[in-house]
Amino acid sequence: MELVCPAGNYQSLVKAVDNGADAVYIGLKNETNARHFAGLNFSEKQISKAIDYAHQQNCKVYCAINTYPRQKQWSRWTDSVDQAMGLGIDTLIVADIGVMDYIRSRSSEFPIHLSVQASATNLQSLNFYHRNFGIRRAVLPRVLSLKQVAKLAKTAPVEIEVFGFGSLCIMAEGRCYLSSYMTGESPNTKGVCSPAAFVDWQDKGEILESRLNGLLIDRFAQNEHAGYPTLCKGRFDVDGKIEHALEEPTSLNTMDILPDLYQAGVAAIKIEGRQRSPAYVAKVANAWRKAIDKAITTGVPATKSEIAELACLAEGKQTTIGAYERSWQ
Amino acid sequence: MSEVGNREMTIKQPSMKISVASVPYFWSKEAYFKFYQHIAKSPVDIVYLGETVCSKRRTMTFQDWLEIAKQLTDAGKQVVLSTLTLLEAESELSYLSKIASQKDYLIEANDMAAIEVASQQNNAFVAGCAINIYNNQSLQRLKKLGMTRWQVPVELGKDDLASMADYAKSHDIEVEYQIFGRMPLAYSARCFTARHHRLAKDNCQFKCLDDEQGILIKTQEGESFAQINGVQTQSAKVSHLIDHCQSLANSGVDVVRVVPVSAADTLEVIRQLSTILNQTEPAKFDPERLNNQYEFCNGYWLQIEGMKYVS
Repeated sequence: MELVCPAGNYQSLVKAVDNGADAVYIGLKNETNARHFAGLNFSEKQISKAIDYAHQQNCKVYCAINTYPRQKQWSRWTDSVDQAMGLGIDTLIVADIGVMDYIRSRSSEFPIHLSVQASATNLQSLNFYHRNFGIRRAVLPRVLSLKQVAKLAKTAPVEIEVFGFGSLCIMAEGRCYLSSYMTGESPNTKGVCSPAAFVDWQDKGEILESRLNGLLIDRFAQNEHAGYPTLCKGRFDVDGKIEHALEEPTSLNTMDILPDLYQAGVAAIKIEGRQRSPAYVAKVANAWRKAIDKAITTGVPATKSEIAELACLAEGKQTTIGAYERSWQ
Repeated sequence: MSEVGNREMTIKQPSMKISVASVPYFWSKEAYFKFYQHIAKSPVDIVYLGETVCSKRRTMTFQDWLEIAKQLTDAGKQVVLSTLTLLEAESELSYLSKIASQKDYLIEANDMAAIEVASQQNNAFVAGCAINIYNNQSLQRLKKLGMTRWQVPVELGKDDLASMADYAKSHDIEVEYQIFGRMPLAYSARCFTARHHRLAKDNCQFKCLDDEQGILIKTQEGESFAQINGVQTQSAKVSHLIDHCQSLANSGVDVVRVVPVSAADTLEVIRQLSTILNQTEPAKFDPERLNNQYEFCNGYWLQIEGMKYVS
């Protein structure tokens, strides 16, 4: 089972490689990838350097070109594909069928991993991408139960990669337009969700308010941890009740079910977080390397304290195994 | 472009067809039958039928839908059978296969799984708005597989269409754009309606039946945010482009799509829309004639935040 780690810059990539990643995924410095944040991602020169470093240590480098190109900007995506393939990237992570079609017009064999942003949650959908574009692997959206993941890993015509740790997207990825509804910018079109440029913190003395494009996402008392105003994780008014109507500010951690995922034949575990620091990447990669090795050799999950240690690194300081567990749904 | 500028520029009358999307909410069997009896007599051209949100909603059997499909076909409507958007369980895939393999009606594909089944059976399909088609290369690929109509993803607007409509036309792909109704903005494994009622999804007690058009989520300051509808999250505001018909037609839209709100208001919207499309003098939509009050938005069409409304 492969450990796939995030890198938002060269330092993070080095940390991921040094701490046992089998593959590192990166993006270019433009909106062709789903972490299009200021100061993040790789220039052409940095990619070459990154590939050299990773390959020396037998680690692969994947490049995410996984947003949806609007027609007017189409050439930016094809240029990015050309660039990544030309630099010697091992695999492209792609969501848009137009982009996949373009890659296949260049090469019938270049490895394509289906991005989580393509929202493939079932066998027939995977068949579609396999038959039409010869994808090698698919990253599953964070909407399936463990039983459903296990079934897919057995029956799918492609390798299955699942999210193991990091921010928890509660919607089927690639099918959530809430961010552009509120700000005009979405994961699909701009590679961003609840973008920072639209965030406003207002200190009202006893209360701290977080806003996104003017809309109140949450109010925090002084003793509360004030999380980033990701729009689906705020507290809202539903029939007069103030509640986390969609989700609490919690992160995903599946370390507890890692042996089950391995037994099910899941090919790779993905760690979310290209926006996080090199130190974070180092710690998380290290912990997951150990956990995967332990699951493979002994079939036993990490200890409670190892899992709790990771939770401290998580956004919102609390974690869940999310949709893998039916009761979460 | 101002409305005045629009009128001066165009001489031709919009000849767009009207479609009514599948009811996104969970209604009783009686309510669906009654609604579609009225739709059969309404000036709608195309009717999408079936459950697109949650497979646990089973007031209607496949046979029930076919019965309505028959009545609507007899009334001269084009019927399209819709399919589920978020498919996980095997039972959901087998129901999907039943719809996507049949040969009597066109299919609305809301997931690549439906396109896979339909194309393997050489069946034509409409690509629903949850199929992410953002560029001509994607249009071309799906045309090869049997797509005859393209529902524009909700977050694309008139500038996006300007660079794609000609391509669609020249490849015999009809362009459909939502003109009225709440927009589908997200799907989750989690049922937000059950969560609101403090129930597990597996024991949801079919609470969706209680709300004819979902549940409003507001910010703590009372501004509208979203509408929860089972595993689907919709826009709280209702998209309303009825006063932009000319602009839609000029942009290459062939079919304008009404997404049902309450049954009575949906029928009233269709009546007014049809009148506006068929008359020679420009007329305005009158929201006062609806039973419920709706907050409107049209930002996506204007290439800005979807929730905004520019009059």
